[in-house]
Amino acid sequence: MSAPQVAFRTAAALLMGRDLRLALRRAGDSLLPLGFFLVITTLFPLALDPALSLLRDIAPAALWVGALLSSLLALDLLFRDDSQDGALEQLALCGQPFAGLLLAKTAVHWLLTGLPLVLMAPLAATALGAPYGAMPGILAALLLGTIALSLIGAVGAGLTLTLRRNGSLLALLVLPLAVPVLIFGARATALAIQGESLAAPLYLLGAMAVLSATLAPWALAAAVRIGLE
Amino acid sequence: MNIGRFLAMGGYAVYVWPCYALAALVVGLNLAWARRSLRSAQREARRRLEMLKVDSSP
Amino acid sequence: MAWVWFHRFGSPPHFYRLARQLTPWFGWPAVLLCLAGLIGGLILAPPDYQQGEGFRIIYVHAPSAWLSMLVYVVMATSAAVGLIWHMKVAHAVAASCAVIGASFTALALVTGMLWGRPMWGTYWEWDPRLTSELLLLFLYLGYMGLRNAIDDVSRADRASAVLAIVGVINVPIIHYSVTWWNSLHQAPTVMKFGGPPTMPASMLVPLLLMLAGFTLYFGALLLTRARGEVLRRERNARWILEALDRA
Repeated sequence: MSAPQVAFRTAAALLMGRDLRLALRRAGDSLLPLGFFLVITTLFPLALDPALSLLRDIAPAALWVGALLSSLLALDLLFRDDSQDGALEQLALCGQPFAGLLLAKTAVHWLLTGLPLVLMAPLAATALGAPYGAMPGILAALLLGTIALSLIGAVGAGLTLTLRRNGSLLALLVLPLAVPVLIFGARATALAIQGESLAAPLYLLGAMAVLSATLAPWALAAAVRIGLE
Repeated sequence: MNIGRFLAMGGYAVYVWPCYALAALVVGLNLAWARRSLRSAQREARRRLEMLKVDSSP
Repeated sequence: MAWVWFHRFGSPPHFYRLARQLTPWFGWPAVLLCLAGLIGGLILAPPDYQQGEGFRIIYVHAPSAWLSMLVYVVMATSAAVGLIWHMKVAHAVAASCAVIGASFTALALVTGMLWGRPMWGTYWEWDPRLTSELLLLFLYLGYMGLRNAIDDVSRADRASAVLAIVGVINVPIIHYSVTWWNSLHQAPTVMKFGGPPTMPASMLVPLLLMLAGFTLYFGALLLTRARGEVLRRERNARWILEALDRA
C-alpha cells in the first residue's frame, strides 16, 4: 500500500460528496425506506382499534419497530452498487484508512435514509395520537437511535456483501443486535408521550450511538475486506 | 426409599422428568453429532488422499 | 517460551494428536461428575421450602444456561485468535462451538419454560434471563446461518469470526437492556430462580458438580468436533495420513 496522496479529511469529504450526488440522482431509491416506515406505522391503527388511548400505548412500539424494519430495508442501498461496479475495492486499495471511509459512507447513508425518517416521525407519531409536547423527545430518541441502527446494520450488510438472496440472513444477523436500541428507544418515546423525563433512556441511546460509532467501523472494515477477496 | 414417591416428584413429575429427558436427549445427540462429524471428516480426508495417490501414479 | 507453546498448539498435527489424547480426560470425569451430581440433586438434596421438588429442574437448567454463555465466549475468543493470528486451528474450534452452543441454549430455554409453568403459572414469562437466552439463541442461529451461506471455508471462518466478536460485545449490552426493560414493565417476580448464594450446601454441591460435569463434557465434545474441523481445513497429506493411520 502506497502512502496516501491526500489527507484523509479530503478523501472522506470527496467520497461523501460523490455518494450524496449519486444518491440524489436517484432520490426515489433513498426515499423508499421512508415510505415503508410510514406505511408500517399506518398499519398498526388499522390492525388494532383506532381508539386514541390504545394508539398512544402502542405508538412507541409502532414507531420503533417501523424504524428498525425500514433501516433494515435501507441497508440494501448501502453497498450494493459500489460492490457491483468495483468502487468498494478501489476504496479498500486507495491507501486511506478503510474503516474511516466506510464510516463516511455509513454517515451519508444515514443522512439519506435515517435523517428523513427522523424528520417524518412527528407525522407518524401524530397519527398515532402522540401529543405535540412529545415531539422533541421523539425526535431526539429517533435521531440517536437511527444513528446506532445504521451503524449496526452496516456491519451486517458488510458481512453479507457478496451473498446472493441475503435479505433474511441480514435480518437474522442484525435484529438481535439491535434489540438494546429498540428497548431504550421505545422507552424514551413512551416517556415522552407520557410527558415525563426521558433523560435516562436518552443517555443510554446516546451511549449506544457513540459505542457503535467507535466500534462498528472496525468490524465493518474487516467484514468488507473479507467479502471483497 | 420409595420409588413411586421418587418418580412422582411431589406432584412436579410432569415438569421435572421431561426436563431431564430433554437434557439427556441433547447430551446424547451432541455426542452422536460430534462423533459423526469427526467420522465423516476422516472419511473425506481418506478419500482425498486416495485421489491424490491416483493422480500421482503414472 | 509462551510463544513456542502457542505455535505448537496452533499446528494442526499437534493439535489433532493432543485433542485425541485429551478427549477421554474430559469425557470420563464428566460422566462421573454428572452421575454424582444427579444422585446428589435428585435423591440426596432436600426439597426446596418454597418450590418443593420442582426446584430439581435447576440441576439441568442452570448447567445448560451456563454452557450456552460459556460456549459463546469460547467461540468468540477462538474466532478472535483465528482472525488475529491467522490460525486455522482456532477457526476450527470456533466452527465446532456453534451447534453445541445453540442446542444448549435451546435446552436452557425449554427447561426454563418447564420450570416456569409451575412457578409462574405460565410457560413463557418475559423474565430477563429467559429473554436474554432467547436472544442468545438468535445470535447462534445468525452465526450458523452466515457460516452456512458462505461456501469457501476460509472466508466463512473469517466472516463468522467478525460476527462472533460483534456478538460477544453485544451479549452483555443485550442482557443489561433486557434486565432494565424488565424492571420497568413488571412487578418483581415472586419466584426467582434459586441462585447459589442463598442455597444450603446439600443443594449447592450437586449443582456445582453438574456445572463442572457439563463443562468437561463440553470440552470433550469440542475436542472431538474440532478434530474433524481441522481435518476438513487441512490440505497437507502427510500428517493426515499419519493421523488417520493411528486412529
